[in-house]
Formats: sequence, structure tokens, C-alpha cells
Amino acid sequence: MILARITGSVVSTIHHPVVDGRKLLLAERLDQNGDPTGGYLIAMDAIGAGKGETVLILDEGSGARQILENDRAPVRSMVVGIVDAVEIALT
Amino acid sequence: MLLGRVIGTVVPAMLVDELSATPLLWVQPLDREGQANGEPLVCADGTRMAGPGQVIYWVSSREAALALDPWFVPVDDAIVGLVDEVRNYSPGELES
Repeated sequence: MILARITGSVVSTIHHPVVDGRKLLLAERLDQNGDPTGGYLIAMDAIGAGKGETVLILDEGSGARQILENDRAPVRSMVVGIVDAVEIALT
Repeated sequence: MLLGRVIGTVVPAMLVDELSATPLLWVQPLDREGQANGEPLVCADGTRMAGPGQVIYWVSSREAALALDPWFVPVDDAIVGLVDEVRNYSPGELES
């Protein structure tokens, strides 16, 4: 799974039926310190994540299809968690 | 899924049978500000409504085939939807 921050959203009227009624969020990828890595992805919301929140994104298709309860969903990235804090244990 | 802009169409002379009914478009990947970022690629169009100039979002790997009808096809990048608007929250909105 990927650590990311919700920085925007995508509005789409014409799309695959699986996107109907679902929110598409724009998320910038974060490193372990919470800094942007420069990458981003568009993820479908599964939990009601809001703007600016740090989230956990699942980037794997069969898990996404399981959440959507649709075995034909062309979706790979799902927001599956909202992160409070990331602690790094120094070694 | 990532953003992209359709920059052309691909007209194949010959294709495997499974892909014969699939529109193929030439897509430039975009960053979240809408600037070109990365090498262009060929996407199958699951919406069948995208054309040159259109901003889209596309999915890669096995999920790409699922965007198409019929879905059991050998495809690794496909357009899932057309983008009306990309809303990037302002720094103030992100703080609140």
C-alpha cells in the first residue's frame, strides 16, 4: 500500500459504470517522512477521505474489486485508510 | 489511474482477433497540473468516446482489459473515463 495525501479531485461525467456515484481523488505520494515524492495517482474513495488528509492507498486490482464487490471493475487504486501518524523506529 | 491527454489515434493494419473492435488512442501522460509528463503510450478506449485533445484517465495492467467490452482481451492500458475538470486544492484548503 502507498502513503499519500489528498490534494485534489477529478470530475468525470463520461466513464465506466463502476465510477458512477464514486469519488475520484487526486493523491500525491508521500515518503516515510511525509514529504511528497513527486508522484501522484488517481484513486477511488472507499472511506470518505477529505482534502489534505494523509491516506493509505491500495494499488492492486483484485483487492480493489473485492472492496467494490464487482469482479469486472477496471480499478486498481482505492483509498482504504486515513492515517493519523507514521512513526519511524530508528535503527 | 493517471491523467492523460489524447494526442492521436492509432490505425492498426493487423491485430490479434480479440482487439479487432477496440479503438486505440495515442495518449500523453500528464502530471496533476496537466503538464505532459513521461512517454506517450497507446491506450484502448473503454469509453469509445475519447478523441484528440480530450483529457482522460487511464488504468494500466490487467485492470485495463476490464474497462473494455468484451473484457477478456489482451490489453495493458485503457481509458476508463473522460475528465471534465481536475480540481487541485489550494494550500489554504489543504491546511484547514
